[in-house]
Amino acid sequence: MSDDTKFHHGDTANDLAPIVQMKDIEKHFGNIIALAGVSFDVKPGECHCLLGDNGAGKSTFIKTMSGVHKPTKGEIYFEGKPLHFDTPRDAMEAGIATVFQDLAMIPLMSVTRNFFMGREPTKGKSLFKRFDVEQANDVCMEEMRKMGINLRGPDQAVGTLSGGERQTVAIARAVYFGAKILILDEPTSALGVRQTSNVLATIDRVRNQGIGVVFISHNVRHALAVGDRFTVLNRGKTLGTATRGEITPEELQDLMAGGQEMAQLEGSLGGTV
Amino acid sequence: MSESAPVTADERVKSEPFLTKLMKRPELGAMAGVVLVFIFFAITADSSMFTLAGVMNFMTPAAQLGILAIGAALLMIGGEFDLSIGSMVAFSGLFFGVCVVTWQLPLIVAIPMTFVFAAMVGGINGNIVIRSGLPSFIVTLAFLFILRGLSLVGLKMATGGSTQLRGVRDVVENDWLAPFFSGEAFGGLFAWMAEVGIIDTFKNGAPKVPGIPVEILWFIVMALAATYVLLRTPAGNWIFASGGDKTAASNSGVPVNRVKVSLFMLTACCAALVAIITVMDAGSTDARRGFQKEFEAIIAAVIGGCLLTGGYGSAIGAFFGSIIFGMVVIGLTYTDFDQDWFQVFLGGMLLIAVLFNNAIRKRVTGER
Repeated sequence: MSDDTKFHHGDTANDLAPIVQMKDIEKHFGNIIALAGVSFDVKPGECHCLLGDNGAGKSTFIKTMSGVHKPTKGEIYFEGKPLHFDTPRDAMEAGIATVFQDLAMIPLMSVTRNFFMGREPTKGKSLFKRFDVEQANDVCMEEMRKMGINLRGPDQAVGTLSGGERQTVAIARAVYFGAKILILDEPTSALGVRQTSNVLATIDRVRNQGIGVVFISHNVRHALAVGDRFTVLNRGKTLGTATRGEITPEELQDLMAGGQEMAQLEGSLGGTV
Repeated sequence: MSESAPVTADERVKSEPFLTKLMKRPELGAMAGVVLVFIFFAITADSSMFTLAGVMNFMTPAAQLGILAIGAALLMIGGEFDLSIGSMVAFSGLFFGVCVVTWQLPLIVAIPMTFVFAAMVGGINGNIVIRSGLPSFIVTLAFLFILRGLSLVGLKMATGGSTQLRGVRDVVENDWLAPFFSGEAFGGLFAWMAEVGIIDTFKNGAPKVPGIPVEILWFIVMALAATYVLLRTPAGNWIFASGGDKTAASNSGVPVNRVKVSLFMLTACCAALVAIITVMDAGSTDARRGFQKEFEAIIAAVIGGCLLTGGYGSAIGAFFGSIIFGMVVIGLTYTDFDQDWFQVFLGGMLLIAVLFNNAIRKRVTGER
């Protein structure tokens, strides 16, 4: 594996207790078994990559983690205690923030309004309780500046931002609202080279604040650039977890694709995939 | 990119001229429309149109429509439609009429009951839309007919065969709550202004305009309240979010379903308010009350900058949209034009507004 000096990797804090631990999670949709026993955990300040090909169950798994689906079987421990979430809001309040592929951003609305959507700061009492627009604007501009994005103004519509910038708004929002776990669902899949490295740098910055990052991807190179641990899903099962340095990109790639066929394909393509 | 990155302007962003900023306001179109329509009538109409009496004359229908339009605008921003508003006016008018005439209830009981009743029907509407996931267009189209039919049947049952329920005025005349929902407000002020000679009087010294019709006050208060809620409260942000993208909003913790059902209930209550005001004014209720008002309300909301797809618009826009409507429908009687041009005018305005809104939306979202 190439020596990666671009990003600072926090010490893989093996001694720390995981924030979230998921054991033997199964999820059935009718007669479809989407997850057949997946175990996964995230520690503070690490980036745990969840890899897998399309249909491997990545999305179902993170939706279980973020409270969208309830597991059919299996246990979830949050900070050591067994827990289950009834709604995404429960998970969010516990500190599990998910940045979905669609980003939960509304293009027609301003950055500030998106940033505080569902969690608007208020001032005043009872009948005069109102959305504190000034404070919201200041906080939003400041948080975006910290992430390296200079907005034209807090009322700039999200629709005018680039894909990477939108991704950063979504991450900044989650971090600002006290996420302990940040789940990123394929954050780099639709981005250009420069925007991808911006997002990867943001992930690193978030990790250094002690937040556990779950990075879902099917791009091995993006995962290896920031990941501390790698878990591969295939056909609804975990194929094992590897620590950074223990595994080569080729091995990861093979695991994701389910082994042999891919090895043959890769041969014919000259190892470019 | 350090933690305290300096504030540097992006060199690729040009500074925005004031006019461009103004262009991005959703209510701009409606305001421009008011100015254009005003100029049109200032040239073509009899000069009495813009006297105090003339203004009250066109503001009254504008207000009656506007109360509906503001409700419709909020609902549209929240991403839904209600085609049953017009029928709702007739239906809650029937309920109100039965309350005061048949059951002889005082207004303090009858009015809240009418609002609760309307909110319930709105709630049913909303719940069907939310639970079935069907477009609100089709569900409320069904209610357009259901409520209109129920109003007819109900009126016949209440009156023994007639489609008009009379006698409202006699029973509400001396109710202490009546002045809030009928007649003119600030009568004393206007009488004084007539005495001092600020406003025109009849020969006997009575002012030509006895006061401000209460619906105009309701209309203004509602426009201000709705604007405040939209722009300065969390609920307003939820309305924009629910209409902009339902999934994104609920993933962010916005109670989308509750927002939408509340908006349906609010729209129905707006219809009930119009019903109460117009029924008390006319002294009777009939099954044709509010006929086709749903379209006019939606047109006013669209002229006011609401997108049909939701998530964008303004209550102040709907306010001006309704004023345009009132000016045109009444203004034509002050001109030599055939009054039936009104419909052509209305359709034309709608078309222009939609094209304009579409362009604005592309500008706002930076679509190219």
